[in-house]
Amino acid sequence: MRIYATYNIKGGVGKTTTAVNLAYLAAESGLRTVLWDLDPQGAASFMFRVKPRVKGGGKAIILGRRSLDETIKGTDFDNLDIIPADFTYRNMDLLLDGGAGGDGGNSPGGKPARKLSKLLAPLAQEYDAVFLDCPPSVSLVSENVLHAADVILVPLIPTTLSVRTLDQLSEFVGEFQGRRPDLYAFFSMVDGRKKLHREITEKLSAQRSEVAKTAIPALSVIETMSVERAPVAVFAPNSPAARAYRDLWAEISSRGA
Amino acid sequence: MTLGLAGFIANGDDRQTWEEAVEAVVTAVATEFAVIRERSGEPASGPGADDPTGAYRLTWLDTFDWRLHKAGLALEYVAGRRGGELRLMSATSATTTLARTAPARTAPARTAPARTAPARTAAPSATGVTAVTAADSDTSTVQPVTGWTATRPHLSSDLPDGPVVARIAGLIAPRALLPVAAAASTTTEYRLLNTDDKTVARLLVERLVIPGGDVIPLAPRLTIVEVRGYQGQARRAARLVAAVPGVGTEAEAPFPAALRALGRRPGDYSNKVDAPITVAMPAPQAAAAILLRLLDTIEANVGGVLKDTDTEFLHDLRVSVRRTRSALKLFGDVLTAPAPNNANNANNANNANNANNANNANKSDKNSGNRPDKTGESATADAGCTGLTREDLAFFTAEFKWIGDVTTPTRDLDVHLLDFAQMADGLAAAKPDDLEPFRSFLEQRRRREFRALTRALRSPRFTVAIKKWRAKLAAIRQSHQGGAGVAAVRSEKSVQGPPGVGTVGTLAAERTRVSFVKVARRGAAITAGSPPESLHDLRKRCKELRYALEFFAPLHDKIGYGKVVGDLKRLQDCLGDFQDTEVQIGEIRTLAAAMLAAGEAPAVTLLAMGEVTAGLVVRQHAARADFERRFAAFADVDGQRRMSALLRGRQGGTGRYQ
Repeated sequence: MRIYATYNIKGGVGKTTTAVNLAYLAAESGLRTVLWDLDPQGAASFMFRVKPRVKGGGKAIILGRRSLDETIKGTDFDNLDIIPADFTYRNMDLLLDGGAGGDGGNSPGGKPARKLSKLLAPLAQEYDAVFLDCPPSVSLVSENVLHAADVILVPLIPTTLSVRTLDQLSEFVGEFQGRRPDLYAFFSMVDGRKKLHREITEKLSAQRSEVAKTAIPALSVIETMSVERAPVAVFAPNSPAARAYRDLWAEISSRGA
Repeated sequence: MTLGLAGFIANGDDRQTWEEAVEAVVTAVATEFAVIRERSGEPASGPGADDPTGAYRLTWLDTFDWRLHKAGLALEYVAGRRGGELRLMSATSATTTLARTAPARTAPARTAPARTAPARTAAPSATGVTAVTAADSDTSTVQPVTGWTATRPHLSSDLPDGPVVARIAGLIAPRALLPVAAAASTTTEYRLLNTDDKTVARLLVERLVIPGGDVIPLAPRLTIVEVRGYQGQARRAARLVAAVPGVGTEAEAPFPAALRALGRRPGDYSNKVDAPITVAMPAPQAAAAILLRLLDTIEANVGGVLKDTDTEFLHDLRVSVRRTRSALKLFGDVLTAPAPNNANNANNANNANNANNANNANKSDKNSGNRPDKTGESATADAGCTGLTREDLAFFTAEFKWIGDVTTPTRDLDVHLLDFAQMADGLAAAKPDDLEPFRSFLEQRRRREFRALTRALRSPRFTVAIKKWRAKLAAIRQSHQGGAGVAAVRSEKSVQGPPGVGTVGTLAAERTRVSFVKVARRGAAITAGSPPESLHDLRKRCKELRYALEFFAPLHDKIGYGKVVGDLKRLQDCLGDFQDTEVQIGEIRTLAAAMLAAGEAPAVTLLAMGEVTAGLVVRQHAARADFERRFAAFADVDGQRRMSALLRGRQGGTGRYQ
């Protein structure tokens, strides 16, 4: 089982659309795939038409009262399941830290930063790929995600500051003891008409091996996902956006091979 | 059970009724769900199945003697575009389309419906309350295969390695997997959506047809498949389907339904005698029924022997021939009894000819099978005859001996070849490869003997004998039908003239008792110093007794029968081991001499063959040492009591033979 996490400190950079599209493409390629919508806003759940609700909330999962397996919902697509979001995920930091109910310290996961990793472990029996769609923040949740993931997919808006973000993240992950995730960034929401976007995209993807060659363009069809409530490859399979996500997934999956 | 999806089936006998039921189901679920029919874009392939979501052909496989069915399994081969799959499941599994979706199928990108195996399925219980049954996918096994030809047999030794073959290899060996039935399936899939337009369940409609000259359609099967995490909605949909008139709970797997449409049933071949006899049946009628059953088995196996499908066709044929010969010896005399109201046998002229043939039978070329039919009568002309003459009896006895004889050399070589791997593995000093020239020699010999065997089985002598035998037996059975036995059947020793027509109950008790007494007396006379021949003779008597018990098995109390036959079988195994090893040692010596004469015997091979014979001698000694214990278990005082009780029908408490 390989765990992919879409992560960025910033919001609105395309984490959820990336997680939804790549999870769909992974499933389409034959991998048994599950996406965990960790964002309390529940955008990924919404796109798969699944209600953002988990019985017992995030607390039941984190404290081990409900296994992840019980919360899984089938999507409309082959090989693809989802663990829906829940509004209580907004308190996940507290739960992970063992603060809730006073018994969190004994919950599965042991050390607070590795709890998600332990929760995910049993899914290896059933799935080949797990996608974690993270909320934008620097928190115990994101630290858990970084520890649990094999590959961190970082969508970057082509600005100078985004390079700084990537460096900060690399440095943070570099300090991990033992196993470190593979950091892989890609440019998202690229506007080909903007000179700055073109320059930064070309320069960074040429200079840095951890930056993908494929960039995801800023296209309205991607925004339409929330209207269609489906991955781009489903409702616009021949669109440039769908092609871009296919190329990106090809790059990511070949890197893992 | 691939997925264990219980479901529904359209009631009725014709397509129109079925399609109306399917339409009613779709309408029923549409009252609570938005229903979207999946489109595949594939060409239409059957009535009522235009633009199906999936279309494929499947073939059910089993051995000729239904070994998988007997083990509670069903095996399907599903052809796909890039190879196919073997799918092994429980025989009672009512699998659905989803379980059998053709492999390597590409779903259209737009709709790409989920094909993930659902964890559970909703189905109505017998009480009408919807129950959700756990999936039994753990009991099913799938194995992709390439180059599989669905229409031809596959020998167990030639099956490709994989999880299905690993499960069935031990069960079916040395038999071949045969295509038992085939069907073309088309599936239409409907997605059931909730108010968010999310698929929460699926309705699958599978239409199966048996292809051929007259395409036979089977009733459509409908299944509600749960989407993970939406169990409640699947239950609701199942309730809606269950309430539709004209739709019943699917109680039968597609395989038996397909077989029934072909006029067959699972397990319709068995080499067991299992004749339709009852205790009060006139002895000649029952004797003819038993022999007809044996003849059925002989004829059922001829095709497989001629095609050399697997070695067990010949084995079963030979067993039935041996049983026939034993039956003729045991109760052939009752076949000569005149039928009621037909005591005058009008076939004296023919009988004289038959007698002449019987005398000539052994003088003719034993293997040619080209002996002209000198009876001067056709099989159909014999059908009017109501009993066998003593000459007829001699004639058929000789013919079945001939059939036994012509099949022996091939079977002996089959036994060597079947045991070869075990023989090679048992070598201590020699290497298994040292025996390879021996194997080549055996195979070469087998090819030669098999040619002689097929010539004999295709000869007029064989076909005429079989045809005449059937006509005679059918006439005897017919002429005694409805009559009840009145006179006692005389024992073997007291027969001086034609026996009276008693009941088979009396016949069974008396003849089985005589056989048992022979075994008990001859066995008791064997001491440590007795020659091997005395054990060989006892083995023959045991075989006769075993056949006697099997012929009349339907008349016996099951529990008592099981115990007696169990003890007898263990004694037979011991005696068989003793004699077979001796025969094998002799054969290996003969074959070694023949190989040497043909210049095909490397020294290492002869040494290895020597080691094999040494191993056989050890086995023979062990069997001899075990004899006393085995014999006592069967024929000591308790054994004799058990046999007496069985023959008196005490254990059943019904006085069967009174």
